[in-house]
Amino acid sequence: MTITSNTSVTPAAFLRRWWPWIAIIAAALILPFILPPFRLNLLGRFLSLGIVALGIDLIWGYTGLLSLGQGIFFALGGYAIAMYLQLDSLEPGQLPEFFGLYGVKALPLFWQPFNSPWFTLVAIWVIPALVAGLLGYLVFRNRIKGVYFSILTQAALLVFFNFFNGQQKLINGTNGLKTDTASFFGQMVGSDAMQRNLFWITVLLVIAAWYLCRWLTSGRFGDALIAVRDDEPRLRFTGYNPTAFKTVVFTVAGALAGISGALYTVQSGIVSPQFMAVPFSIEMVIWVAVGGRGTLIGAVLGAVLINYAKSLISEQLPETWLFIQGGLFLLVVTALPDGVVGWWRQGGPGRILAMLGSSPATATYPGLDQDPEVQAEKRAIESRAQTLESGASQPGGEP
Amino acid sequence: MKPLLELKAVSVSFDGFLALNDLNLALAPGELRAVIGPNGAGKTTFLDVITGKVKPTRGDVCFRGQSLLGISEHRIARLGIGRKFQTPRVYQNLTPRRNLELAVKGSHSPFTLLLGRLNADQRDRVQELLAVVGLEANASRPAGSLSHGQKQWLEIAMLLAQDPDLLLVDEPVAGLSDEETERTGALLRQLAGDHTVLVIEHDMDFIRELDCPVTVLHEGHVLCEGSMDVVQRDPRVIEVYLGVEDEEVSAGATSAVATSAVASDSGSHQEIT
Repeated sequence: MTITSNTSVTPAAFLRRWWPWIAIIAAALILPFILPPFRLNLLGRFLSLGIVALGIDLIWGYTGLLSLGQGIFFALGGYAIAMYLQLDSLEPGQLPEFFGLYGVKALPLFWQPFNSPWFTLVAIWVIPALVAGLLGYLVFRNRIKGVYFSILTQAALLVFFNFFNGQQKLINGTNGLKTDTASFFGQMVGSDAMQRNLFWITVLLVIAAWYLCRWLTSGRFGDALIAVRDDEPRLRFTGYNPTAFKTVVFTVAGALAGISGALYTVQSGIVSPQFMAVPFSIEMVIWVAVGGRGTLIGAVLGAVLINYAKSLISEQLPETWLFIQGGLFLLVVTALPDGVVGWWRQGGPGRILAMLGSSPATATYPGLDQDPEVQAEKRAIESRAQTLESGASQPGGEP
Repeated sequence: MKPLLELKAVSVSFDGFLALNDLNLALAPGELRAVIGPNGAGKTTFLDVITGKVKPTRGDVCFRGQSLLGISEHRIARLGIGRKFQTPRVYQNLTPRRNLELAVKGSHSPFTLLLGRLNADQRDRVQELLAVVGLEANASRPAGSLSHGQKQWLEIAMLLAQDPDLLLVDEPVAGLSDEETERTGALLRQLAGDHTVLVIEHDMDFIRELDCPVTVLHEGHVLCEGSMDVVQRDPRVIEVYLGVEDEEVSAGATSAVATSAVASDSGSHQEIT
């Protein structure tokens, strides 16, 4: 049976199965040539924010850890790539310009490894992952959870923010590090051609990050994460160590945030301690809440759509965005607890249609026909009847 | 025979309140034991101490001769102590099959779960347990949508999937129908022998049906031990359940009263839970 279904793949069936991917690939190929460079750059930036949102969905949507400090790991990734780009565009013997302002004569020791592109490519995600892993392990080992965990991550964020702000001699403090005038493979990072390449890299990495998260959440590991979220003590009495699971997933989210921060930095042209501002990390959580917790794709959609709406609305009515964002958050908390994607998957559009008067046709009572529990029971009874029948028609035929 | 589980003079104090007070108890391997006691007797604290959730203020808990003090909950579980909770605690958002796949015996490290797959034995075991508790038809819908009785049975199946040597079962038949109660009793009796089973229950009929030694707890202390008939006739037990302090009441008269009183206690408790 499988052979026939494999050989008879019609173009229509192929389209039905693969249309989201076809659409994504087509959009990724065409958009760079039809969008103005400014809009394309915005889209690339917002897509890279989708990666940090995916990490938040992993730790919050699946594992129930509401981190308000993802900005730490986001900024660490951004600083890693910015330090490399600063060094890469120098003549031998030169120092990045800002060092001169503070009378620094020699390159600080921790800058040295960032001369290497390979080290940088690894550092972008390994350094945030290590920081996240260490912080997570210490917090989770002491069984700090719930709102205390959220407060602690926010406090850590503030510590990092103030530290980076104050280090003029090491990383140019509050001014941050510019990347758009740096050169990379002989091209300006801020140039249109380079930005187009960065857009494609971002698209690929968003897809890769989504696959990674899907792989993490689809099997027994993902089930264990959900179990941590829903009933951690129960999991413990089954012989699981929740600390290990939480540390692993928080580390992965940290790595994703680092990659996200690096991509965002090269597309916005600067990294600064503002990446670790408290409101920015809270916004990240709002993207996931609006898109839909525990849906993965909702996190990416939330990050892209909210940020696009923010930039479009702010261009027209600069004062109103904060109100709209607050309103969105209230709407999600009160009416759409599973976000837009969750609402969609639970048949939300159909309910809206029903409210407007076009109810789907039902055979018996709508209350029965549309109740998933009743339907599941009906299917169970039918399948049981079928097995009974097949057992009766061929005696001994059942395994 | 060396006891499988031994509590030696265990006391637990919560801000001066003694939830357990100099509790001594030993379970032989393969034994089936019921623990009863009025509300607040320390039954749940007693399980918390064994499973590592609560540290005893004084005393020692030994499993196979090894002290459990200072060992974290998940390690105690891995030593072979499984627990079923008072209210059914299953992972509501996962299907019964996935609930069992999480509970099934094997390595529980994040990397095994991520990179390894269930082996054939584990998959068979899950399928077998789904059949044992009659959840095959419901194996693929969220456990949260199951009925109360089905959740109780799913949690018992999860306990079996863990394959512990010692099963601590807290109120397994609360809220079950008579038929389900009977099946649960049969299952627990069948498990005893290969496993050591400790049942905490309020339903006196159910305990009589188990036909096993009974330990009565009162104010964190073992009041008496013996068969159900012996325990029910013990004047101290009667006093605890009835709250009678009048010593002039003749023992013969109280025993009849106590039987009904103890039964009605179980009835009222069931309504609450």
